[in-house]
Amino acid sequence: MPATIDTSARIARPDDMYQMLIDAHAGLDDQASAKLNAKLILLLANHIGEADILAQAIDIARNGSPSTIDQEIAS
Amino acid sequence: MKDDAVSQPHSIPVYKQLETAPMPATDAIEPEVVIVGGGPVGLTLALDLGQKGYRVTVLSRFDFIAAGSKAICFAKRSLDILDRLGVARRMIDKGVIWNLGKVFNGDAQDPLYQFDMLPVKDQKNPGFINIQQYYVEEYLVDALADCPNVDLRWGHEVIGLEPQDVGAKVIVQCAEGEYAISAPWVIAGDGSKSPMRHMLGLDFEGRVFEDNFLIADVKFTEERPSERWFWFDPPFNGAGSALLHKQPDDVWRLDFQLGWDIDREAAILPENVEPYVRGMIGDDVEFEEEWYSVYTFQCRRMRNFVHGRVIFVGDAAHLVSPFGARGCNGGIADADNLAWKLDLVLKGDATDHLIDSYDYEAITTADENILNSTRSTDFMTPKSLISQVFRDAVLDLAKDHEFARPFVNSGRLSTPVSYPQSPLITQDGDPWKGGVAPGSPALDAVLGDGWLLEQLDGQFVLLTNGNNAVANIGVDGLRVLNVAELEGSEAVIDRYELVPGSAYLFRPDQYVAARWQSPTSQDVQRAFDIARGAPNARHN
Repeated sequence: MPATIDTSARIARPDDMYQMLIDAHAGLDDQASAKLNAKLILLLANHIGEADILAQAIDIARNGSPSTIDQEIAS
Repeated sequence: MKDDAVSQPHSIPVYKQLETAPMPATDAIEPEVVIVGGGPVGLTLALDLGQKGYRVTVLSRFDFIAAGSKAICFAKRSLDILDRLGVARRMIDKGVIWNLGKVFNGDAQDPLYQFDMLPVKDQKNPGFINIQQYYVEEYLVDALADCPNVDLRWGHEVIGLEPQDVGAKVIVQCAEGEYAISAPWVIAGDGSKSPMRHMLGLDFEGRVFEDNFLIADVKFTEERPSERWFWFDPPFNGAGSALLHKQPDDVWRLDFQLGWDIDREAAILPENVEPYVRGMIGDDVEFEEEWYSVYTFQCRRMRNFVHGRVIFVGDAAHLVSPFGARGCNGGIADADNLAWKLDLVLKGDATDHLIDSYDYEAITTADENILNSTRSTDFMTPKSLISQVFRDAVLDLAKDHEFARPFVNSGRLSTPVSYPQSPLITQDGDPWKGGVAPGSPALDAVLGDGWLLEQLDGQFVLLTNGNNAVANIGVDGLRVLNVAELEGSEAVIDRYELVPGSAYLFRPDQYVAARWQSPTSQDVQRAFDIARGAPNARHN
C-alpha cells in the first residue's frame, strides 16, 4: 500500500514557519522567487523520497481535495 | 531520426556509388519478403533473413550510400544484434568506443554530472561506439554479398502499393521502366517521410518540436577523450545547448541549439557555422567541414506498425529527437524483433498471430524511446516559464548537491527496452532475488573462452544448470545449454542467479521468455509455445 500524505497539523510554531517561507523571498523578483520555490520543492521532494506522497501533494495543491487518496482507499 | 533536415539542398552527397540493378526478368521467382528501403534498419533485417536462407528483395530508390554522417551513436544492444549477424566486429574496429558522458553547465570547467553507459563490466561489446552511418550501411551491404538469396536492387523506387489477402504487391520504378513485384510479406523501412506510409493513407501521432539544431561535423586533429560532452547554456552558444562527440577519422560531431526563428538555409553556410565551431574548439585549431545540417525533430509514431502483410520498421514507423541515440538503435531493435518472427511464420512453425506481437513489442519500445527523448528535449529546451524555472533550479542545485544530478537530462542514452507484459512472455512463478527478468534482453557474461551472447545465436535456447528434468529429457526444437557441463561458467551462474536445477528460456533475439528454479518439461514446453505466439498455449 502506498504511503499516505499526513495533512494533520504537525508544525509546533506555525507562525514562525510561515514567516520563514515569506522571508526567504525577501528582495527577490518574480523569476528569482519562482526559482527559489522550485529549489525548495526539489529539496523537500528528495528528502521525502516517495513519489506517492508527492503525487498526493500535487493533487491536493491542484484540486483542493485529495481525490486520488479516496480512490485508493476505496479500491 | 531527424525530420525535415536541410543539408546540401541541391543534391545528396555520395559516400559510395552502388551498382544500379537491372529490371528483373518477368518470370523471376517471387521473393518471400520484400524490404522497401536500404538504410541500416532495412539492411539489418535483410541480413538476418538472408542468413536464414530466405529469398529477400531489397528496394532502394537510391543507387548510392549517402555521405552524411547522420546516426553516429550505436548502442551496446545494437552491437549485440549486429554481432549475431557478424558485422559488429568491423564496426567496433573502425568506431570510437566510449562509455562515459559528461554534462557541463555554463562556463564551469568541471562537469556537473557524468554517467557510465556500461555499468556492468565484463561484457563482450562496449556500452557505445560512434561511427558514421555510412560505414554501417557499407558493412551491411558487404556482408549481404555472402547471401546470394538477397537481391539488392539499388535505384528501384516503389511508386505503388496494393495490399492483398496474404501479401502485398508493390509497383516499382527503375531506369528501364516500371514493374510489379508481389510477396507474402512487405516491410516498409523507407524512412521518416515513408512513401509507403503515405500510400496506405497512414500518418504519425505525437508531438512536433519547434526548435532548430545545427549539426557541424568537422575534421580536426586534437587529443581529447572519447566521451560525450554536453553543455547547458555554454558561453559559446547564446541560444542554448551544445554537444561534442568524437567519430572515427578525426571527425567530431558538434551540435548546437539554434532556436526557432532562424533562416535555415543560411544557418549551414560555412561562414555562419564557423563562429559556433570556433566558440567550442577555439581559434587556434584548424578544421574542415565534413557535413553541415540543420534539423528539427518530432517525437511521434504510427498508431500501429503491422497493417496486414505490410509491416513498418524504423523511422517509417516512429520518430524521436536525436538526444539519446534512440532513432537508429530503436530501428535496429525493430529489425531484430521482426526477423525471427517472420522466420517462424515463413517456416510454418507459427501463425500470423506471432507477427501481432511485433506490433506490441515494437510499439512498447517506440513508446519508451519517445517518452525518454521527449523528456530530454523538454529539459534541454523548456517549453514554459515554470519548466525553465525548474530546469534552472536543478542545474543550480546540481553543482553542490548530489541528489539533483540525476535530474539533469542531456539525453537518456539508448538502452534496450524490456516488455515483461508482452503476450509472448511467461511471468515468474518462482521467487527470484536477482538475475534477468522475463521480457528483458540477456545480460552478457564471460562463458569459457567466449561470451554467453555468442551462444544465444538466433535460436531458442534453454540455459540450465544441471539436473533439472529438461536437461535430461529435452524439448523438441530447443537447444539446451547446460552450464554444469561447461568450464568457466561462474559469471553466467552469478549474473543469472542460476542455482542448480534452474533454467532460462531465451528467444532467438536473446530476450528472456521465461525462467524457473526447477521446471518440468511441461513448464518449458508451455513457455516455448507461448513465446512462439501459439494462441491457446496459455490455457493448456
